[in-house]
Amino acid sequence: MFSAALQHIKPGDWLTLLLGSIFVALLTLKLWNGDLADKAVIRGGGKIFREVPLSPDQQIEVPGPLGVSIISIHDRKARIASDPSPRQYCVRQGWLQQAGEIALCLPNQVSVELIGSKRKYDSLNY
Amino acid sequence: MTASTIKLNTTSEDHHIAHMAAVALGLTILESAIPSPLPGVKPGLANIVTLIVLARYGWRTAVWVSLLRVVAGSLLFGNFLTPGFFLSLSGAVLSLIVLAFAQHLPTRWFGPVSHSIYAAFAHITGQMLVVYLWLIPHAGIAYLIPVFATAALVFGTVNGLIAARFMEDKKTLVHENHERHEKFPA
Repeated sequence: MFSAALQHIKPGDWLTLLLGSIFVALLTLKLWNGDLADKAVIRGGGKIFREVPLSPDQQIEVPGPLGVSIISIHDRKARIASDPSPRQYCVRQGWLQQAGEIALCLPNQVSVELIGSKRKYDSLNY
Repeated sequence: MTASTIKLNTTSEDHHIAHMAAVALGLTILESAIPSPLPGVKPGLANIVTLIVLARYGWRTAVWVSLLRVVAGSLLFGNFLTPGFFLSLSGAVLSLIVLAFAQHLPTRWFGPVSHSIYAAFAHITGQMLVVYLWLIPHAGIAYLIPVFATAALVFGTVNGLIAARFMEDKKTLVHENHERHEKFPA
């Protein structure tokens, strides 16, 4: 059945298929890959604590009302390595890599947001 | 009181166009019964008819069949002049424009499969333009474009293959009849 179908595809049609596939692949890469982040904005108590680039690797200690949150930056990614907040959501969120990703530790009021070359729109930042 | 009758003078070409548009309509209705994971992702089976008409009777006839299918289909589904209608219309119009160019590709190298793929891409382009310029003017719809583009490539190829298959059948059929006539002259 497939060979019967294939005989209807002429050489130019293969070219069309190839170009179409490349076009779709490029579109997908362009539209689905967010910008890679350039730097991390670390906030404590609602105010910007520090803005750090994603290289070199480092550990940053941010004081909050409950204690110290440790943010680690490694290999152009960032995560909250430890945090005194009870539910540990921000720690479990793991590594952040793309622009627009954000980890928020409550109630210790510490957050890390990755930003790229341009700001993206989302429900928090419209 | 005399019963008034309206008589339209129709040519056999008109009948032919109506016939093909009716087939396309049937496919549209058939297709609406197929569930879709994402609104807007449809196989576009009616385009098979457009492709065959284009190859056999030329672009003008294909325009008639395609636009009749869009308008009559919207009347059947009850969405004439609704956003859904304009989505179909913009897709159909852009496809036809692209087909006007694609039909001049050398037939030795390019067949209905190419026509179908180009038309499918034109179709989603037309629809996304209407969505972006009118319905949802928000850059967020860009996230859906890869899904629609993939669907266009897949369904475009499949529809093109089906159209090619039908044309092949018709050709062999004519050919066989021809041979039969030669073998057994009436």
